[in-house]
Amino acid sequence: MSSIAVAATTAPPSMAGERLRAFGLAVAPAAVALLMTVLLFSTAVALAGYDAFAVWGLIYAGGFGDAFAWQNTLQRAAPLILTGLAVALPAQAGRVIIGAEGALVLGGLAAAALGAALASASPLLVWPAMALAGALAGGLWIAIAGALRAKREVNETISSLLLSFIAIALFNQCVETVLRDPASLNKPSTKPLPEALMLPAMPGLDVHWGLGVGVAVAVAAWVVMRFTPLGLALKVAGGNPRTALGVGLPVGLLTIGACAAGGACAGLAGAVEVAAVHGAANASLIAGYGYSGILIAFAARFSPIGVVPVAVLVGGIAASGSLLQRRLELPDASVTVLLGFAFVALIGCETLRGRQFWRARG
Amino acid sequence: MNHDPLILPRRRLLAGTALAGASLALPGALRQALAQAPLTVGVIYVGPRGDFGYNQAQAAAAAALKKLPGVKVVEEENVPETAAVQKTMEAMINQDKATLIFPTSFGYFDPHMLKMAEKYPKVRFAHCGGMWTAGKHPLNTGSYFGYIDECQYLAGVVAGFTSKTKKLGFIAAKPIPQVLRNINAFTMGARSVDPGITTRVIFTGEWSMPVKEAEAATSLIDQGVDVLTSHVDSPKVIIETAEKRGVFSSGYHASQAALAPKGYLTGAEWDWATPYAAQVKAAQTGAAMPNFLRGGLKDGYVKMSPYGAAVGEPARKKADEIKAAMMKGGYAIFKGALKDNKGNTVVAAGKSLDQFDAELEKMNYLVEGVIGSIPG
Repeated sequence: MSSIAVAATTAPPSMAGERLRAFGLAVAPAAVALLMTVLLFSTAVALAGYDAFAVWGLIYAGGFGDAFAWQNTLQRAAPLILTGLAVALPAQAGRVIIGAEGALVLGGLAAAALGAALASASPLLVWPAMALAGALAGGLWIAIAGALRAKREVNETISSLLLSFIAIALFNQCVETVLRDPASLNKPSTKPLPEALMLPAMPGLDVHWGLGVGVAVAVAAWVVMRFTPLGLALKVAGGNPRTALGVGLPVGLLTIGACAAGGACAGLAGAVEVAAVHGAANASLIAGYGYSGILIAFAARFSPIGVVPVAVLVGGIAASGSLLQRRLELPDASVTVLLGFAFVALIGCETLRGRQFWRARG
Repeated sequence: MNHDPLILPRRRLLAGTALAGASLALPGALRQALAQAPLTVGVIYVGPRGDFGYNQAQAAAAAALKKLPGVKVVEEENVPETAAVQKTMEAMINQDKATLIFPTSFGYFDPHMLKMAEKYPKVRFAHCGGMWTAGKHPLNTGSYFGYIDECQYLAGVVAGFTSKTKKLGFIAAKPIPQVLRNINAFTMGARSVDPGITTRVIFTGEWSMPVKEAEAATSLIDQGVDVLTSHVDSPKVIIETAEKRGVFSSGYHASQAALAPKGYLTGAEWDWATPYAAQVKAAQTGAAMPNFLRGGLKDGYVKMSPYGAAVGEPARKKADEIKAAMMKGGYAIFKGALKDNKGNTVVAAGKSLDQFDAELEKMNYLVEGVIGSIPG
């Protein structure tokens, strides 16, 4: 099967001009979207009475201007890569999952409970165990939505969102009762991880391991989708389930598996947040990373690799939003407006991809 | 770093200059030095600054700081209790040269603020909430908090005089000690007026969940409650619902009087300008950081909203009388014999707990007269 994929993507050398044209067609929507975003946001900023050039300067400085800005950006992007993948992976099988937030908190809870229970063990044993616990908890949770789709035709978008609400309620109940550390008086939390079990930053960077893990998973997903029979099977099942059934593919299993893989990414994100940032599971874990992942995956057109740069862009905009508030006293909502413009422009231009409109200008 | 010894004397010099600042004869060079090196203070909020609640109370103190000479304030709102707040603190230190930071949300303390305090030992971190413990936490960190249950007790007295149905309502976020203490103080204040009064409590489970808060308010009013108060991050929707339904309300965190011109009775407000100013003064003079700041009405850490039009003369008189006793100091709200709403004695007869008693920080009961239970 892999030979088919290779044949489809390798153009004959004589068609170099055609390839350039195809590339232009591929990037044109993104370029137009970017231009639209810049124009829309500059207009909004100017109408609000701020200097648009100063604002763009600060967005660059705050998100990408120096080493500190980059670490700030990457740190904010780290959990978003994994939650973006939590949406992008099920999408490979044609499933739209939006309940990553619930999988993330359950993953964090499982990891925190296990980590605290293994408090005296070696970190080299505990970290993989926590990662596994987080991935399992999140994976099983979203697998429920996959199974409901595969066995009962329940819309997985709705069921995953509802499951997310249930997960958060379960999480709160556990943190405030059975798993509560009695010493956590005014902020109910699970027992804290001992200092020795806290996951250090990535070497040479002030960024936690969510970044490394996220990039590794994204690359692995890309390899699977591009070079393996499983990837092709997922594409067929996602593109046309009837055809997939017709050629004998296990569509139900692929659906459940893709959903579980997505949930595992979210659960892993929760485990990393606990091990690297919070040291315990508590309400601070419910920070909306799961919901941001939906936007990121859509903007990346569900490409697992595409999730990485989009997450970095969103992280950078969040980092620059911080600087905009402090320097220009712009409201916090201004970068949300910027992101909103960017996503609407991207998705809007995306629907025009491949239509005559672009070809005429190609 | 080797230039440190220079910083301290310069700060002292600047502070001295600031004191003399009123005189117009300030030498030009010094005035320039003062203008060039203001103390940069960073203030971080977990929600919006204009939330009519927790964050607004902090923002009001930040606004007061901006009026002080030689102080520059940088602010950031809607910062979650994640690695994001660590980066915001670092950004304030690196990009704005902030040397005093107020991370105002409870959840910023551990691990976020402690981690940054370790990384930046020259920067001072003043946290709202009262977690700082000598010997355990670094000396460049500190806590400030207020005994706002004093105000809730007074608000309860006013509610007790005003209520006709003798049913009060309390909408609370989470059943943690600080919240329970407010519910209990409010109820005890009301029952000091009329022991037949009860308080119905609903826990929403979240610090900020306007939909649930509105539902809780509606449900309590339907049960006959005619004075509503709360302990959530923003009481806005609760006060608005009460006003719309024609019942009385009592505020929390900041004044919500503007939202309910008819029914707003009074409210328990923070007065954070007091600890903020103390921290700024210490930082400007180079004095050691005050690590543990606490106070009640007497110390200017909390205050009452001015009485609304619906508050009658007897209520004002009684509340003012108790307030005067609190201002003198030594007034104990929690004293024996005190029973919880299950009939257990929680404070033995003859025992009286000072406001700063550590036992009050572990409160895990609802007093007699509260209808409701601690979930979990």
